[in-house]
Amino acid sequence: MAEDKRLMKGNEAIGEAAVRAGCRAYFGYPITPQNELTAYMAKNMLDKKRTFIQAESEVSAINMVYGAAATGARTMTSSSSPGLSLKQEGISYACGADLPLVIVNVQRSGPGLGGISPGQSDYFQSTRGGGHGDYYHLVLAPKSVQEAADLTYEAFDLADRWRMPVMILADGLIGQMMEGVVLPPARDLAALPRKPWAVGRQADSHRPINHVTSINLVPDELEAANRKRFARYDEIKQAEVRFEEVNTEKAELVFVAYGTSSRVCLGALEMAKKAGVELGLFRPISLWPFPEKRVAELAAKGKKFLAVEMSMGQMVEDVRLAANGKTEVGFYGRCGGNIPSEEEVFAEAMRLVGTKSGK
Amino acid sequence: MELAYGHPKSLKPIQTKYCPGCGHGVIHRLVAEVVDEMGLQERSIILNPVGCAIWADLYFDFDSVQPAHGRTPAAATGIKRMLPDHLVICYQGDGDLAAIGTAEAVHAANRGEKFTTIFVNNAIYGMTGGQMAPTTLVGQKATTAPYGRDPIEAGMGYPIRVCELLATLGGTKYLARGSVDTAVNVRKTKQYIKKAFEAQMRGEGFSMVEVLSPCPTNWQMSPPEAAEWVGQSMAAFYPLGEIKNTLEEAKR
Ligand SMILES: Cc1ncc(C[n+]2csc(CCOP(=O)(O)OP(=O)(O)O)c2C)c(N)n1
Repeated sequence: MAEDKRLMKGNEAIGEAAVRAGCRAYFGYPITPQNELTAYMAKNMLDKKRTFIQAESEVSAINMVYGAAATGARTMTSSSSPGLSLKQEGISYACGADLPLVIVNVQRSGPGLGGISPGQSDYFQSTRGGGHGDYYHLVLAPKSVQEAADLTYEAFDLADRWRMPVMILADGLIGQMMEGVVLPPARDLAALPRKPWAVGRQADSHRPINHVTSINLVPDELEAANRKRFARYDEIKQAEVRFEEVNTEKAELVFVAYGTSSRVCLGALEMAKKAGVELGLFRPISLWPFPEKRVAELAAKGKKFLAVEMSMGQMVEDVRLAANGKTEVGFYGRCGGNIPSEEEVFAEAMRLVGTKSGK
Repeated sequence: MELAYGHPKSLKPIQTKYCPGCGHGVIHRLVAEVVDEMGLQERSIILNPVGCAIWADLYFDFDSVQPAHGRTPAAATGIKRMLPDHLVICYQGDGDLAAIGTAEAVHAANRGEKFTTIFVNNAIYGMTGGQMAPTTLVGQKATTAPYGRDPIEAGMGYPIRVCELLATLGGTKYLARGSVDTAVNVRKTKQYIKKAFEAQMRGEGFSMVEVLSPCPTNWQMSPPEAAEWVGQSMAAFYPLGEIKNTLEEAKR
């Protein structure tokens, strides 16, 4: 079969990948810079007789997803930063009830209403379990339209495999820009994984009744359920860590950056090459689980790090935790909707390369 | 010999945790009887809400989904859209439906979501110990309205008539208000529930049965006093009957 290549906006590519992954229900609420995604889903779900609802709020949208996921259907919601704040309650419940679903955050700048330009300041909220209670969920950060489509497509499989929400953490630039994208094949809806824990269709098998719930008032039982979930988190940390490395072997200083920021760093790597300096890039793709082992290995080799983010410094804390004092960890960030320039990032790297190692 | 009266199959034969005189147990039973009569035990899903009825999943012998406080109609929307041939029962208290979840309830109703809301109006927050509810009557005492609900001076607002509020919306097809204070009203309430469930299974649109229900514990009354208060005080403000019926069969 000829490859299905198109020129698409990131928001639309995410939508198309979701449709092809077998998403049967999408629930959203308008917010810039992800509006194209909601509109794309309206057009491309309704024409296939799948469910699309423009909900009355992000709170409602995530709870519609909660209900649809409880029936075992593949389901998704998307929003941007302020909307994600509203979804946190629902995400906590979904994690507590072990429901697979997909959430897309096309980040903008904050706090508060902030701006509509790209940001990366929802890293804490996304990777630390942004709602109440002890929980985590997978967080994947694309750097391009192609990767946004690929990760979204895979997110549905990961959600089903691990029975948890999977978040695609993009930003306004990835959502808005157009790039060539090779689209994955459409999934056969009849061949999607079966979910014996889901509600509905009891008459088919006469199975015992199912409950989807997160409540448990017996402390020992709730603790046991939480511990069981954390044992699963340990497995995920073994199985699902993803990252990309560029020139980290030769480099004296390694940028650590994800999504849009990592592309800026790639530009700075080119500038460094011309200047005869070896810089590298370490790009976490899975933000949770964070690639802490590999960061620790690079730290042990004496590489200096420079974390670059469109925030006041959030992911850098994970880099510092992983480096555990073995090396110097610098930070360069822009925020408010600004994207760091290659020149700024290169200049900061050169300043750090010039300094004594902090070992 | 034919069995004239027995325990509904859809309700487990166990004692509930509900307080003596509480309406939830009676309402559970009515729902279960109708589910049985319609032969839908293996095709029913109940949403057990945050509130006293969170225990519903212990008692109903069919599938259940427990959503966040007030988000019950949103979760019910997701379920019903995925399983349109199932009976989806969105069970809610007055705090769940008419305070924290007002937006979800109004918009699910307005979209004409094809599930049935069983709205248990006990004019109080039961689970959390007797705080004022949006349906608390003027002058009625609650832990957070210790001198009685005062709409003007204390700015506590007025009790909300939910059926009447939803009746203006195009998506609502059947809105009835029953009560479980007397045997007659219990029987009528069951008829409303049956009409609503049948309308749901025909896919007609949003249906809701509000049930005036006693909460002797938090009203600090004996069960007989509480039942009397439902009939005298609550029913005086919340009129019983079919508030809106635009079902196809009603038009004939
Ligand atoms: C977000 C959130 N806020 C508050 C609560 C605490 N809470 C539990 S039940 C309840 C009130 C329920 O009252 P109602 O819906 O009238 O049902 P009832 O218990 O009277 O049957 C509240 C406020 C909660 N669980 N979650």
